[in-house]
Amino acid sequence: MTAAQLIARRRPLDAVAPWARRNAWTLGLVAFLALLLVYTKLIQASYDSFAVQYLAIGVLPLALAAVAQAVVVMCGGIDLSIGSMMAVTNVVCAMMMLHHSEQYGVVVVLVVLLLGLVLGAINGALVVLTRVPDIVVTLAMSFVWAGCALLVTAAPGGSASEWLTNLVLGSVVSVWIPQSAVVLAIVVAVVWIPLSRSRLGLSIYAVGSNRLAAFRSGVPVGRTKFAAYALTGLFSAFAGLALTASTGIGTPVPGPYTLMSVAAVVLGGVSLAGGRGGLLGPIIAVVVLQLIRTDMTFLNIDTNYAYIAQGLILVGVVMFGSLVQMRRSRA
Amino acid sequence: MTVTTNLLLEATGVSKTYGAVVALKSASLAVRPGEIHALVGANGAGKSTLVKILTGAVQPDAGRIVVRGKERTVHSPAEARHGGLISVYQEPSVIPDLDIRDNLRLTETPLEPFRHWLAELGLEDLNLSIMAKRLPLASLRIVDLARALAIEPDVLMLDEMTAALPANLTERVLDVLRGRRGGDRSVIFISHRLIEIAAVCDRATVLREGETVGVVDVTARSEDKIVELMLGQTVEGLAARAASQPGSESRTRGVTPRISARSLSSGTRLQDASFDLYPGEVLGVVALEGQGQDELFDILAGSERPRGGELLVDGKPASFRHPADAIRAGLVYVAADRAEALLMQRSIRENIALPFSTSLRRWGVIDLGGEREKVDGAVAKLQIDARAGGEVRRLSGGNQQKVTIARWVAGGVRTMLCFDPTRGIDIRTKTQIYRLLRDMAEAGAAILLYTSELKEVQLVCDRAIVIFGGRVVGEVSAEEGDEPTLLRAAHNLRSEAAAPEGEVPQ
Repeated sequence: MTAAQLIARRRPLDAVAPWARRNAWTLGLVAFLALLLVYTKLIQASYDSFAVQYLAIGVLPLALAAVAQAVVVMCGGIDLSIGSMMAVTNVVCAMMMLHHSEQYGVVVVLVVLLLGLVLGAINGALVVLTRVPDIVVTLAMSFVWAGCALLVTAAPGGSASEWLTNLVLGSVVSVWIPQSAVVLAIVVAVVWIPLSRSRLGLSIYAVGSNRLAAFRSGVPVGRTKFAAYALTGLFSAFAGLALTASTGIGTPVPGPYTLMSVAAVVLGGVSLAGGRGGLLGPIIAVVVLQLIRTDMTFLNIDTNYAYIAQGLILVGVVMFGSLVQMRRSRA
Repeated sequence: MTVTTNLLLEATGVSKTYGAVVALKSASLAVRPGEIHALVGANGAGKSTLVKILTGAVQPDAGRIVVRGKERTVHSPAEARHGGLISVYQEPSVIPDLDIRDNLRLTETPLEPFRHWLAELGLEDLNLSIMAKRLPLASLRIVDLARALAIEPDVLMLDEMTAALPANLTERVLDVLRGRRGGDRSVIFISHRLIEIAAVCDRATVLREGETVGVVDVTARSEDKIVELMLGQTVEGLAARAASQPGSESRTRGVTPRISARSLSSGTRLQDASFDLYPGEVLGVVALEGQGQDELFDILAGSERPRGGELLVDGKPASFRHPADAIRAGLVYVAADRAEALLMQRSIRENIALPFSTSLRRWGVIDLGGEREKVDGAVAKLQIDARAGGEVRRLSGGNQQKVTIARWVAGGVRTMLCFDPTRGIDIRTKTQIYRLLRDMAEAGAAILLYTSELKEVQLVCDRAIVIFGGRVVGEVSAEEGDEPTLLRAAHNLRSEAAAPEGEVPQ
């Protein structure tokens, strides 16, 4: 490389460096994911664009659940009812779409999103008004919402509008860009980007970072928390819709999404103490977790061991990441 | 290895870097047995790092530490403890959810010596079964100190021990320290208060930008010398600035007061506080710890509602349900404790933008351009060193405090409630804050300033009210508000004879 090229390269780097430092965790995850993909290709030569599409569809519900969890965790809370809210929205969607037209399906989607917002708002109102710790309220509500889902239908059933199912299938532009990934990007971008630039976004970070300081600065702490929970409900509804779309039916029993979403949030660099992190990290973390499971299958490892390995990797990665961050702030 | 038998502790060539930041370049410190040795320097000069290295909390990159002639590498605070090096930090290191007795057991502190020192320090009737979190901060500091003294350390390090201690307790602490002179044990005393250093210390090591720049024998006239070394240049004496203070009372009379407090009361502490704060003035508030000043500021800032009394803002009755109401009425609050005011993991921009970006009732999209302009303006005005701007917790204490002030300056200040805003920050930043407060007052803002450092009354205030036992018991003009006068007033004493001894006016 010539000297001129070096100089030319330095300028954009100066602008990039602080950004990279701020998003070091996410960048590290991206690198980890890239390595995993290469490794996957090495152990399974037949891993192709179709497999990537399949991966993207598989992670969609959990990715949205992780986004839902991230929002409330950034605000200093935690929501253990995400899985149950997903079950409620999933069955409501599937049952309403059964024997109905495609057009009606659009109405159903809007109704379900509104339902998610309401479920989340109820969680938020209870947390703010009762002053019972978040973890207790949402744990209790997880039973309530799970019960509601069973009231809607006791057994798996219903169906999904064809357009909804097709929405997450296939690819756009290139076979390597799965359509479900695009859907995920659009959903997150449409809801979160305007929000993070808004007063509410700043308030969410502020309340999560330091409640007292936020209060003293005039931030309406209660309202902010309420809004964060409502948003979590909304994203849970998106996750529920993604379940309907990818499975084609409604299942009234919550999947392992709640705890997996917490795992993804932690792995995604969102501080459980609040005030730190973004949404991209948790999404990539979900893909990483899923891909590890896939690789274990390729390697013919017993599923039970795969779970153990997944847990160990979670601890290991977070430990390694914290160590690097500690080094950076110290040395 | 050279054995220097006449020194208790000797550190030479100690250095420490954190990434690109050089915390200590080449620090040295020599402490003789039986002396009280001051360690002074502006914030960021490396005092805390040096103490942390001596107590094993941080490992140095280079340097040698010799204790009683033996070279030591200290790997952990526990190891330092066994070696006779104990530090008492600004934040008391007690477990809030344990009672005092359990806290003592945790550190294997013998009970009898602890009681003895507690009595010496003026807290003989402390109930040891009380939960630590129920004690006021000042008492916790005393407990922390007594606990350290009880194990008879060879070298006791006190980091800003007297910051925010009420005057009477400060006296007891200094008395106890004086009593330890001349033995074979030493004290390293870190303080921003040069008067205290003059009162108890034998010698002072001055750090500047991570280097030891001088060791001074403390005498009555060493203050200027120390300040000079600290700043690296000759500065005009603080007293000179006080003299140039214009008496602006005449200007403020006859105008509607910005704040009128009428018999405000709250809880058990604040009984009956009445005063007026006029636009264009800096009104000092002088009080010993726990006289109701905390409650008063909480009421004015909208964090707490008064139990009784009336508050008028611009002549109209006001009742605040939330700090947002107070902010809308133009009353903004600057806390002493930065941890209560800042979003430590967020950027300078977000911290400054927080109130004016979130206070409006609508949660619309932030006008980022307008916001940047305001933030940049405030950063420039307060001369904040924004190089480490990504996360506020990486800033020095002085810069952090500037950020808490900048967030209000950015929105335009009408009434600022400052609660000990210069606590534990360096003299240069203090001076900048004094100037800023004066400038804001000149521009028509009303400023209420509670200070635990009585000197500040003459430096920045036009007049000061004195609170004692939850009541405003007096008013002192800046001209007559020298430290002895204020100290007497704060104790609600009138006669010269009853004045507490200790801090001698220069």
